[in-house]
Amino acid sequence: MKVSVVRNILEANDRIARQNRDLFKEKGLLVINLMSSPGAGKTSLLEKTIDVLKSDVRIGIIEGDIQSSQDAERIARKGVPAVQINTGGECHLDGNMIRDTFEKLDFENMDLLIVENVGNLVCPAEFKVGEDFKAMILSVTEGDDKPSKYPLMFHESKVLLINKIDLLPYVYCSLDRIKEDSLKINPDLQIFQISCKTGEGLDAWYGWLLERVKNREVIL
Amino acid sequence: MHEMSIAMSMIDIVREEMRKCNANNLRSVRLNIGQMSAVVPNALSFCFEVITKGTEMEGARLLMDVIPLRGYCSICEKEFEIKDYVFACPSCGTKKIETVSGQDLAIVEIEVE
Repeated sequence: MKVSVVRNILEANDRIARQNRDLFKEKGLLVINLMSSPGAGKTSLLEKTIDVLKSDVRIGIIEGDIQSSQDAERIARKGVPAVQINTGGECHLDGNMIRDTFEKLDFENMDLLIVENVGNLVCPAEFKVGEDFKAMILSVTEGDDKPSKYPLMFHESKVLLINKIDLLPYVYCSLDRIKEDSLKINPDLQIFQISCKTGEGLDAWYGWLLERVKNREVIL
Repeated sequence: MHEMSIAMSMIDIVREEMRKCNANNLRSVRLNIGQMSAVVPNALSFCFEVITKGTEMEGARLLMDVIPLRGYCSICEKEFEIKDYVFACPSCGTKKIETVSGQDLAIVEIEVE
């Protein structure tokens, strides 16, 4: 006997993500899911962003890694609350893992929550955690062919930060190609060209982020 | 790899649906796998086989249809295939298109007895 089903396989995670999102809205948080390959500069970007914005914005960070609490320790040294999730092998964070950190974070005194996802250019794009939007980093050392090879992540992100532009003289990488190819996949993608090392281009990111925090949707 | 957690989510849904129709055995599950989903059909098949072993679902076939990415342009009022992940209307070039299919991951049908 054939039975028609028509159910989304990820419905369980989507449901938890929606519940997370409802809570975030209730607490007045802007939530960003930050993704990239390992080593592209997620934690460095967070460190720089915290340094500049923490006097205006109350920031909290959830760190996701397979192992180790190094990243949460780096963030904690910046004086903002940070919680580390160790997935032990899972290649991405999901709604459930994020929900399990809630008791460790004080959402009442927070404006911006950034989830630093597991370093992976594939899987994190598929799973919602309750974020307002996804942001991704691509570093110039990874090559300019990545948008066409990893379309889902570029398609799902609202923001692309092209990092390590200080290394452009030493690598074969066309910024124009990255921008052109990623805009074909996602015409609304907001692109920043930055160097966490030298600070170049970061002011535009800080300004953009601050605007989004100030204009965030709050359900009272 | 996350095909294992996807297979586990699938099993939960199938088990629920089997209970709804009082079915005892599972013969097959038909899935739609969107072209743009980060799922590898072979890996999913393998994980499904592994976790159904020794259960009432052992031996069930996993039938997977890969659903291509298709878009709709409201200016041209036409549906089209999204080729090479270029999200624009091939006729008028507008980027304001709607993605109609190719992103979902769904159980469509189960065959039980």
